[in-house]
Amino acid sequence: MKLSAGSSIRELPVPAEVKVPVGQHIGAPAVPVVKVGDAVKVGQLIAEAGGFVSANIHSPVSGKVKKIEDFVDANGYRKPCITITVEGDEWDESIDRTTAIRREITLEPAEIINRVKQMGIVGMGGATFPAHVKLSVPPGKKCEALIINGVECEPYLTSDHRLMLEHGDEILIGVKILMKALGVSKAYIGIENNKKDAIENLTRLASGFEGITVQPLKMRYPQGGEKQLIDACIGRQVPSGKLPIDVGAVVQNVGTVFAIYEAVQKNKPLIERIVCVTGKPLREPSNLLVRIGTPVKNLIEAAGGMPDDCGKVIGGGPMMGRPYSNLDVPVVKGTSGVTLMNKADSKRPEPSACIRCAKCVSVCPMGLEPFLMSKLAMLGRYDDLRDANVMDCIECGCCSFTCPSNRPLLDFVRLGKGKVGAQLRAEAAAKKAAAEAAKKAADEKPEAK
Amino acid sequence: MDVSFILITVAALAVTGCIAAVILYFVSQKFKVYEDPRVGQVESALPGANCGGCGFPGCHGMACALVKADDISSLFCPVGGADTMGKIATILGKEVVASAPKVAVVRCNGSCDARARNLEYDGAKKCAILAANFAGETGCSYGCLGCGDCVDACQFGAIKINEATGLPEVDDDKCVACGACAKACPKGVIELRNKGPKNRRIFVSCINKDKGAVAMKACKNACIGCGKCAKECQFGAITVENNVAYIDFMKCKMCRKCVAVCPTHAIHELNFPPRPAAKPAEESAGQPKADAQA
Amino acid sequence: MDKLTIAPSPHVHTSDSVRRNMYGVAIALIPALATSLWFFGLQALAVLLTSVISCVVVEFLVQKFILKVPTTISDGSAVVTGLILAFNLPSTLPLWIVVVGAIFSIGVCKMTFGGLGQNIVNPAIGGRVFLLMSFPAQMTSWPAVDGTTTATPLGLLKEGLKSGKSVSEIVDIPSSSDLLLGSVSGSLGEVSALALILGFVILLAAKIISWHIPVAVIGSMFAFQGILYLCDSEAFIDPLFTVLSGGALLGAIFMATDYVTSPMTHNGMIIYGCGIGLLTVIIRNFGAYPEGMSFAILIMNIVTPLINRYCKPKRFGEIAK
Repeated sequence: MKLSAGSSIRELPVPAEVKVPVGQHIGAPAVPVVKVGDAVKVGQLIAEAGGFVSANIHSPVSGKVKKIEDFVDANGYRKPCITITVEGDEWDESIDRTTAIRREITLEPAEIINRVKQMGIVGMGGATFPAHVKLSVPPGKKCEALIINGVECEPYLTSDHRLMLEHGDEILIGVKILMKALGVSKAYIGIENNKKDAIENLTRLASGFEGITVQPLKMRYPQGGEKQLIDACIGRQVPSGKLPIDVGAVVQNVGTVFAIYEAVQKNKPLIERIVCVTGKPLREPSNLLVRIGTPVKNLIEAAGGMPDDCGKVIGGGPMMGRPYSNLDVPVVKGTSGVTLMNKADSKRPEPSACIRCAKCVSVCPMGLEPFLMSKLAMLGRYDDLRDANVMDCIECGCCSFTCPSNRPLLDFVRLGKGKVGAQLRAEAAAKKAAAEAAKKAADEKPEAK
Repeated sequence: MDVSFILITVAALAVTGCIAAVILYFVSQKFKVYEDPRVGQVESALPGANCGGCGFPGCHGMACALVKADDISSLFCPVGGADTMGKIATILGKEVVASAPKVAVVRCNGSCDARARNLEYDGAKKCAILAANFAGETGCSYGCLGCGDCVDACQFGAIKINEATGLPEVDDDKCVACGACAKACPKGVIELRNKGPKNRRIFVSCINKDKGAVAMKACKNACIGCGKCAKECQFGAITVENNVAYIDFMKCKMCRKCVAVCPTHAIHELNFPPRPAAKPAEESAGQPKADAQA
Repeated sequence: MDKLTIAPSPHVHTSDSVRRNMYGVAIALIPALATSLWFFGLQALAVLLTSVISCVVVEFLVQKFILKVPTTISDGSAVVTGLILAFNLPSTLPLWIVVVGAIFSIGVCKMTFGGLGQNIVNPAIGGRVFLLMSFPAQMTSWPAVDGTTTATPLGLLKEGLKSGKSVSEIVDIPSSSDLLLGSVSGSLGEVSALALILGFVILLAAKIISWHIPVAVIGSMFAFQGILYLCDSEAFIDPLFTVLSGGALLGAIFMATDYVTSPMTHNGMIIYGCGIGLLTVIIRNFGAYPEGMSFAILIMNIVTPLINRYCKPKRFGEIAK
């Protein structure tokens, strides 16, 4: 399945024009700080974080800001985008562009977190959660173990795999940086044992680093799910509705760790990433180093061109990725892969009646009942759905994958999850408003007297 | 067999029955839930469709609200209409204000030939799922998705997808304006509008908020927000906001001038007699079949 | 370039299908089928074919003319129902009764509830119990291997105990090795324990069923009968005879494991299996019928929704109470 595991990382030429969306991460979109016509350098800040849960965005190229307006995103909705026409490749002077490995960690923990924030680092596994938020451990909670996700359990994708093979030292230094920032003494790098070479490479290198354990894990989708990974590495299960930090764990992807290394040691913002371009119909499945904002079609071109027998282009892997509705859309910080499917594989098999075989129940990594949840979502019984723990669903897709009746289980579960999530948010907001109103009333009372 | 045996049996059963009856009586007294008898009367006057069009979960909920409320003018049963509300008002001895009849209107004109399907959706056939994941199969991210959530939501069989256009069509006679379709539509394409005199109404059949050129590229029938109609309207019924025109049905005097000036034929007129001088082809372009018949 | 497809994830799908599961069950029934043909000859084949064909035809007719829905006879579920129904019938049964059974199985037990996946009880068992109630004489006249008509091993046992004999005095019941190989009288599919166990292995290897239900049924039957046997070995037969005789294995492996009517979680499956085992032992030892497997499964089928309601899978991160 991993077609591109053997191809080393290639640098993709800088395109003639890049489109940089301002909302590339979970949380508030960034606010542009450049104007049309401004000249920008590589690595220059072009959009500022729009809140605590948000991330800075830097120019991935040098050139002129052509326009700031809406452009279709991967799903077909129009979102604000900064378009930059490329002129030369002039980098910001503060960025260390040498390949030398800097081992010494000079920054203090608070400085590290601040640097990560400044450089706009987000979770590179696909979730794009701003990294500094995870590193800022809330008061009253303690991080006991740092867990690095090198599992890459998605079929086909190999970007993390290649990164671990080619940049093992940088990753380990990155882990050390994170350990310092979090003040933990133990770190685990979880790697699925179908990547023997990566395990070997990192184990060998890790012997020079204190406190870092490389943990080979059983090959089992979704081993790379945050909660599954914590369970596999330190044997603690994150309870429903809780965060990893509640069991004393912080999880970061290897790609993120590499970006953090570059940000902290080289002062380099997140302006490029490794994207795995793969799929059965593709001639040359590759791992490419790509500037953010490069159109997806350029990547496919570099990997042997658009094959005739292609019915679907997925952003991400085949289990959790989302198909592109347009190939002009740019690569963003969370683009871990581009997977092409041939025409025959692009179509779902015809669904038939549920035979209650319970295979979805036995494969669900979260111990949920997908057959029941999808039926409840279909009927719009959202209160029952909430009781069925629908919010625990990690949308891994195992249920839909395994259903012998080819039922679109996850489609409906996801719909229900969306509705229940909205309900919960509305309730929380109402509660907050009520609490504030009560507080206000309490504040006003003494004044009135 | 001994007669006393039968007598004992009968006596035993009778005593057991009496004891049970006494227990039942006390239990029913203890757990009695008082309900205003008028709730039952009102409920039987309501149509019993339990459609939720009034905003309450079913007719019983509506009946309770009607009985409780001092002023029932804000409550309205769209299914039963003014007749039902009148009856209820007499039962409760309260005032009722007549409300103009409404009808569901599909405000998307992006038929298959006007709006190219450049993608193929292959997930579960439900608009809500499609909308949560993608903008749609076409370049327009505002218009009808065509999976028929509105058809499923309608309890009166008043809405159907026209296979030729890929758009839903409302049957004026069956539609009771309960609003279930409008609630079910994730894109907000369906609007409840005044039915109008003789079912005649004029509306902008597009809600695309993209700039004119973008909207035009996605769909030939899109409103491009050019504002010609607003200039033409003498009654100030038309406003253009976010690149899309809207006709206020309370102000519209049905002069039909806006229809004539719209460059993309995005403004529809329904159930008007054919105008003598105007081009007939223009009128019925993309117009739902059922409406044309009505 | 053609239109690209968009769809929510996942974008890959297993090769597993309803058809694979159904025909997998049919294949697993082949060893038992072969032994019954060996012992009962062409008569058995006639019953079998009648049952399968009439099940498929009834399903087709109901879907086409009554429900007016697309027909799904090719998914193999009607074939499996037909096979299992036939396995529960004596080979001497008149063929018209077989057809009646098939009509009841598919027409009443399955299609009235909405077809595949919606039925409350296993259609084949429903059909068999219906026939047993309606045609008791024909349904309990069993051909012996040598061609004469005799009672089943369980029938012999019941008769013997009823007439006041103790277990050791009933000499004509077959030995365990006979039961294992199948040289006893009985319905088509219940004669050879070995062939049924082979079928179980096939089902397990193809991952069509999990081990929970069959093991729970057989284990609990063995345990409960064992308790009775230890209490009074003269009034109750030994547990090995119990699990090898009658429809115990056929029921445990092929009928109780029906997806539609069995619980969804492994814990639920164990409860369900133990329920079947207990009920079977009770009916066999204390009831009027010599065999209780069908009734036990039928009862537990009806309990299944209740089991599903209370046996939830272990949620990830749930703290054990």
